[in-house]
Amino acid sequence: MSRYTSATDADRVAMLAAAGAESIDELFESIPAEVRLGRELELPGGKSEQDVYAYLRDLAAQNVSAEDEVSFVGAGMYDHYVPALIDSITSRSEFLTPYTPYQPEVSQGTLQVMFEYQTAISELTGLPVSNATLYDAPSAVASAGWLARLHNRRGRFLVSRGLHPHSREALATTAAGYGTAVEELGDEIHDDVSAVFVGHPTFFGVVEDLEALAAATHDAGALLVVQCDPMTLGILKSPGELGADIAVGEGQPLGNRLDYGGPSFGFFAAQEQYLRRMPGRIAGETRDVDGKRGFVLTLQTREQHIRREKATHNITTAQTLNALAGIVYLSWLGRRGLVEIGELMLHRTAYARKALSALDGVELLHEGPVVREFAVRLAAPVEKVIERCAAEGVNPGYPLGRDYPEHEDGLLTAITERRTRADIDRLAAVLGAAVAAEREAVAA
Amino acid sequence: MANPDDVKYHPEHDWARIEGEEATFGITDYAQDQLGEVVYFEPPDIGKAVRKDEPYTEVESVKAVSDVIAPLSGEVVAVNETLGESPERINEDPYGEGWLVRVHLSDPGEVDELMDRQAYEDSLT
Amino acid sequence: MTETIFERSVQARRAFVAPELDVPRDDDALPERFRRAEAPRLPEIAEPEIVRHYNRLSRRNFDLDTGFYPLGSCTMKHNPKLHERVAALPGHARLHPLQAPARAQGALRLMAELQAALAEIAGLPHVSLQPSAGSQGELAGVLLTRAYHDDRGDHRTKVLTPDTAHGTNPATVTMAGYELVKLGTADDGGVDLDDLRAKADDDVACLMLTNPNTLGLFDTNIVEIAHVVHDVGATLYYDGANINAMMGRARPGDMGFDIVHYNLHKTFTQPHGGGGPGAGPIAVSERLEPYLPRPQVVRRDDGSFDLDFDRPKSIGRLRGFQGNFGVFVRAYAYILSLGADGLKEASETAVLNANYLQARLRELAGDLLPSAYERRCMHEFVLTGAPMKREIGLKTTDLAKRLLDHGFHPPTVYFPLLVDEALLVEPTETETRETLDAFAEAIAEILREGREDPEVARTAPHTTPVRRLDEAGAAKRPVVRQPM
Repeated sequence: MSRYTSATDADRVAMLAAAGAESIDELFESIPAEVRLGRELELPGGKSEQDVYAYLRDLAAQNVSAEDEVSFVGAGMYDHYVPALIDSITSRSEFLTPYTPYQPEVSQGTLQVMFEYQTAISELTGLPVSNATLYDAPSAVASAGWLARLHNRRGRFLVSRGLHPHSREALATTAAGYGTAVEELGDEIHDDVSAVFVGHPTFFGVVEDLEALAAATHDAGALLVVQCDPMTLGILKSPGELGADIAVGEGQPLGNRLDYGGPSFGFFAAQEQYLRRMPGRIAGETRDVDGKRGFVLTLQTREQHIRREKATHNITTAQTLNALAGIVYLSWLGRRGLVEIGELMLHRTAYARKALSALDGVELLHEGPVVREFAVRLAAPVEKVIERCAAEGVNPGYPLGRDYPEHEDGLLTAITERRTRADIDRLAAVLGAAVAAEREAVAA
Repeated sequence: MANPDDVKYHPEHDWARIEGEEATFGITDYAQDQLGEVVYFEPPDIGKAVRKDEPYTEVESVKAVSDVIAPLSGEVVAVNETLGESPERINEDPYGEGWLVRVHLSDPGEVDELMDRQAYEDSLT
Repeated sequence: MTETIFERSVQARRAFVAPELDVPRDDDALPERFRRAEAPRLPEIAEPEIVRHYNRLSRRNFDLDTGFYPLGSCTMKHNPKLHERVAALPGHARLHPLQAPARAQGALRLMAELQAALAEIAGLPHVSLQPSAGSQGELAGVLLTRAYHDDRGDHRTKVLTPDTAHGTNPATVTMAGYELVKLGTADDGGVDLDDLRAKADDDVACLMLTNPNTLGLFDTNIVEIAHVVHDVGATLYYDGANINAMMGRARPGDMGFDIVHYNLHKTFTQPHGGGGPGAGPIAVSERLEPYLPRPQVVRRDDGSFDLDFDRPKSIGRLRGFQGNFGVFVRAYAYILSLGADGLKEASETAVLNANYLQARLRELAGDLLPSAYERRCMHEFVLTGAPMKREIGLKTTDLAKRLLDHGFHPPTVYFPLLVDEALLVEPTETETRETLDAFAEAIAEILREGREDPEVARTAPHTTPVRRLDEAGAAKRPVVRQPM
């Protein structure tokens, strides 16, 4: 069976002899007898490569992916087109298999990728410094909370109800450890507030006026943390322009697969003053002894391997391979492409919004401007409507009731550049029919 | 580098130069050598209270961070602003241009607990 | 030659062709006050040049597919090529995380089966796949501990870790709101039992341990350690970074650990990708199960798989969605390929390779680079460069840099902190005997050269794309983006 090892019986004999041991068992003598397993692991025996392939292919076939249906589900991860050059670059051994660049002289590829990625994120967010990724958006929000706490030691976070539910929950889970209270953002921000968290756009896809909130947050001496959608940043004002201290977001739309939720990356950018408290890896430019330009992991004294219990964060991973996909994608889209894709989604979303709100039993949940996602209210049970649509090969969106009890009848619909006018027309037809059928079923 | 006689030494490798009711603090030559090239120093706020034997700030090199321990108690009245641009002064001239803070002493009697140069150098071996 | 992608850009060049606008424009859709005035300054470059740029960059990396990479604590074993093929299957790769469970049964079954396998290997019944990496697994474990104690009305403030612990452990302790208490290490490399007994009291929430530890040594007192910790009502946490040493031979659950985290990017072959992604699933004992993150993958009575959000005592979530599913596919492919016998053999060969290499290095370089502990190692071992520094004036870093010229990635340097001029070596099971011999011979050659002319190693590397870099300058005046 495929074990990827080379030690033959002859190798083993020679190597044991060199190591001064009589048997493999002798190498494990330091494990006390009372904790030795003493039996085989209760797992099946190994399989050949072709059998493993067949098994996992059969499991894949039991999933309905965006390949199999027309999908309008977003809510944080989106079915964008991933160009082929990304796979050809990220599958290169030299990017795929090395470790974190602790020996910079032989890691200039990885380090320069990080530097280019950091530059791109800084441009998107309008903030001067970016790290080389965190795990995803919700954990990036949680990390922003931890930074705010280190920065001002205040006891409360105020969180907009329109912030992504996973971000809100991740912040609450981690804050429960270090003891900062997490409360819903209301009308007032007092000077015991450490940080204020909002979405731009909100989880519901709505673009809100953040000027007053930013002013109030800064008047109270708190940090403003903005979670944004990178695909909208070609046309929307950047978090930096809006006065954010920290901008975070989900990197999956940038050249990364859906992969049932991961791996992807979370980006994290901030004002200059927070650089030395920023979590995660950071690549910096420098010169070598010959004066050649090069890149290194820098400001490592923030990190766990040096500061240990005083580290700014416990993270060691950077989602480097996903960041590579991200910078390749942004280079492929290019300066004008990001704007064009934003405009395309804007007009198609407007079209979809009109089409759906014209249906019987479908109403818009919000009036504010949207770029690529919007919420509607259905006059029929949402989960049942979704089942009917799915049977027609259309996934109309995400049921809001799962996260918002006040929107039990809500559906969140997302548009990407892959959803054509014909797809949207089909959505309207299928959704309209499903709602009508469910209303009839309920009435009967 | 020679350790001067005009300062008193703390076992955590910090020095104090007493000037009346005030004292200037820094880290010793041994400390700067252990740290390696200093890349960053965050000055504490003016007015901050410092307590003998407790950390009052940090010094960073590429590979290490070190707490800086206060050799005496008091209140910070001045910080070395030049270290923002040139933290390497801490390596090059730890007892002179590399000074960290000036403090108004709250308990001058504490000076008696510090070591003179010879005692400090003996403690290093 | 080292231009960035931004420096290669030329205005008006492009790769992307936008789909045609097939709907009417709605010019009122986004009021002016929300609009960005200037587009972000992204690259402007066509596909052939993008490909050339990143291909050239890739060749400035040393990688595992090219050469030996004995980084201690990282388990740089071969990344099987099958895994990329199965992870790319559209049924996995294009599956939205919020797809209805009824239409994601393949994914949920995969996760459930992976959970069961990880539970069996750890010897602990309940698994959460959610944490994104070891560090996040550690945070989950300590937060679970907090929830467990809080639920019993028992407020504790401290967590113990040995001074040999990986830096993530103490960092995690701080983030979880606990006070760190360090334990000393005994002469044999294990936890100092007297120190443990003195510090373990009912204010201690948890002891975090790695076993074998970061010195590559198995703590033979583990049963006693578990008793001491459990007697004061604390939890025992296992940092699974080193589980490659003992799969099929021993299980942390059987030693008394309550929580185990795995690094799927170490033992289970997820490619390191230059730093990530990875995954850090946790396995826990019965008493900690109620607090596991939400959602959990479960099997319902009708046999179908589902995501269970109804977990009132859960600590909540640490990240979005269900975790790094792409990593689960690869890890599960590995477990399927090896099976019970193969996993055991992997650990046995990993330990054999480490012992063999340690013996060869003792033979060829033991005078200047001796083992820090004269005990049988497990899957990794620590050498000390202190004699080398004293006698020929070469530091561990110089040796490491000179190894680059010999075409090897160096071992881990200056960790663990307990050992002076430390060199932590982990060959893993996928290396041949010839590779191990070549590495030992290269070390011997560097020492030989060092005796005659230490300057060569002190100014190494000489043959890499760049030579030693000014890290102090990069930290003093950080330049973390391209100025424009």
